[in-house]
Amino acid sequence: MVHPIAPTKIADQIPAKKLLFSMKRLRHIEETIAVKYLDWKMRCPVHLSTGQEAVSAGIGEVLKPTDFAVSGHRAHTHYLAKGGSMKRMLAEIYGKRTGCSGGKGGSMHLIDESVGFKGSTAIVGGTIPVGVGLGLSISLQKTDQVACVFLGDGAVEEGVFYESVNFAVLRKLPVLFLCENNFYSVYSPLKVRQPEGRNIHEMVAAMGIKTMFGDGNDVFEVFDKCEKAVASIRAGNGPFFLEFTTYRWREHCGPNYDNHIGYRTEQEFLSWKEKEPISRAERRLLESGLVSAAEISEMEKSIVQEVSEAFEFAENSPFPEFHEAFKDLYWENEP
Amino acid sequence: MIIKRKMSYVQAINEATIIAMDRDPKTVCFGLGVDDPKRIFGSTNSLVEKFGTERVFDMPTSESGMTGVAIGASLNGIRCLMTHQRLDFFLLTMDQVINNAAKWQYMFGGNGSPVRLTIRLILGRGWGQGPTHSQNLQSLFAHIPGLKVVMPFTPADAKGLLLASLFDENPVIFLEHRWLHQMEGDVPEGFYTTPIGSAQILHPGKDVTIVSYSLMSAEAMHAVAILEESGISAEVVDLRSIRPIDWSTVLTSIRKTGRLVALDTSNSMCSVASEIVGTAAIECFSSLKQAPLRITLPDFPAPTSPALTEKFYPRAEDIASAVAGMFGKTIDVKPIIQARNTPHDVPGDWFKGPF
Repeated sequence: MVHPIAPTKIADQIPAKKLLFSMKRLRHIEETIAVKYLDWKMRCPVHLSTGQEAVSAGIGEVLKPTDFAVSGHRAHTHYLAKGGSMKRMLAEIYGKRTGCSGGKGGSMHLIDESVGFKGSTAIVGGTIPVGVGLGLSISLQKTDQVACVFLGDGAVEEGVFYESVNFAVLRKLPVLFLCENNFYSVYSPLKVRQPEGRNIHEMVAAMGIKTMFGDGNDVFEVFDKCEKAVASIRAGNGPFFLEFTTYRWREHCGPNYDNHIGYRTEQEFLSWKEKEPISRAERRLLESGLVSAAEISEMEKSIVQEVSEAFEFAENSPFPEFHEAFKDLYWENEP
Repeated sequence: MIIKRKMSYVQAINEATIIAMDRDPKTVCFGLGVDDPKRIFGSTNSLVEKFGTERVFDMPTSESGMTGVAIGASLNGIRCLMTHQRLDFFLLTMDQVINNAAKWQYMFGGNGSPVRLTIRLILGRGWGQGPTHSQNLQSLFAHIPGLKVVMPFTPADAKGLLLASLFDENPVIFLEHRWLHQMEGDVPEGFYTTPIGSAQILHPGKDVTIVSYSLMSAEAMHAVAILEESGISAEVVDLRSIRPIDWSTVLTSIRKTGRLVALDTSNSMCSVASEIVGTAAIECFSSLKQAPLRITLPDFPAPTSPALTEKFYPRAEDIASAVAGMFGKTIDVKPIIQARNTPHDVPGDWFKGPF
């Protein structure tokens, strides 16, 4: 067994068990969606985060419910790690009235205002300035909240990314740009999109923002760096950009594996699977005695239970009536 | 008692902004040049002095990003007034407007926060502004469900509609024609709103309905005066809002007169004028005594040279001639042309070149 990174002592302040639990929970929900997708009951695109759980889990344990987050099309694990309701997310994917967006949004439009998840939308880069605007509102109202913007390597190629980072730096806004670099935008590899030898975090640092880079498949490293970045933001030091490398296991959109269609190799996939975040963390926790096999089995049992209840809720919820399609276009004005 | 004063359109916009910012301390105003020496043609005068740099600020030349910033800020309780000196510049941010601002309520099934965002866009014509500095693209916005779009004509409505927009719970595109900026009119004091989605009868008549908005309402009013001398009584319906449109007022007038002329500041393809004609044909076909008319721009971008723009924009004399033609009459439009003692490419003597 090869450890890609030599195991170091897991610092005491790291909520190691919570991180492991969170990753396992995120993996199980995504993988259950992949299986059940074949029932044709979830009739909308799904962009699964299997393999990328560590980043969501790490930041999820750092942000408070009062902090804000926005995301893009691959947002299930961001939403859940921020505390979003699993039942309402699944109901949304099933197109049910009980969904977090009443069946109007589907997998790509998730929201749970009760935990500060202010919305995920389907246009790459579209919510980056929205997150910065949340940062502006925090700064105007002088609270100690943080606005977290989830983005990928593709979003870094959108013009609005630079506009947003520039303004966040200019006004020293409390914004965390959290970039999951999974090396692919749909089927287009990074090498056809950005020049060889460039590191995203180095390029972004040139705009005057603090940056850190890390292994996005090492949940303890992710947690540690997120915690440092968020502490710096809360201390009033302005925005932070974090880049974590990770890897999408399944196809861009949908429940399948697609290593055979020619845009990437099985070998590349397997090399990333070797660096898989959950078993890596689990192994380290077991080796260091921070978690026992019995505890892990308890975790898994409760996750299976939660996910199965959430699917039951989604499947048994009613569909919206057609007339509901004509609601929610405008807010009613206060009298 | 309502006290009214004579005030210019741009002063009315300025006054509305001050009243709104006074009324709600969570209102902010930003845009390129809002605190620069020119103050967006005077419309943002004294704002930064009154409300400080935290609430009134210039911004990076990032139209797209800054619209998103406004959306985000509004999701956490800030009311945003954003200003652009040209509508054309705002095209850089269509993703934020169409995919985010217009959809935020709908795509989350009403479970998100309101986007309290008013976007002031200045459009116009003349002085060689040309193909990319004088586009009247209002129907682009009016096409999008989830947006509200207003285009006031009078200074009183500029103030009333800006206040209605700023206190609306939805994104509003507020479109002001540069040629109306110095126009004066009676403006009531204090806080009041002109409801979004309500048209007004600017001039009552019985023979023909002229549906107009923004600058074309001014041209229509000039035309009406000379038509009256020829015994043609025209009713002018000033739309004020182009999304939603006040169909009740529009269709009631058409049913009464049986004739329709729709004016537009833009070209006719998919225009507001086309929407008026289309809906009239469907809703009151049997009331129409003859085919409606549209008076719009040619289906080309606006050229630059004064030699090319002279006949590009239909004016009061063109409206008067076309309406008279509906009644088989020809009228002498020279008095309209003679009364206008300024060149064709400026709104008045006060206008001294590039804005």
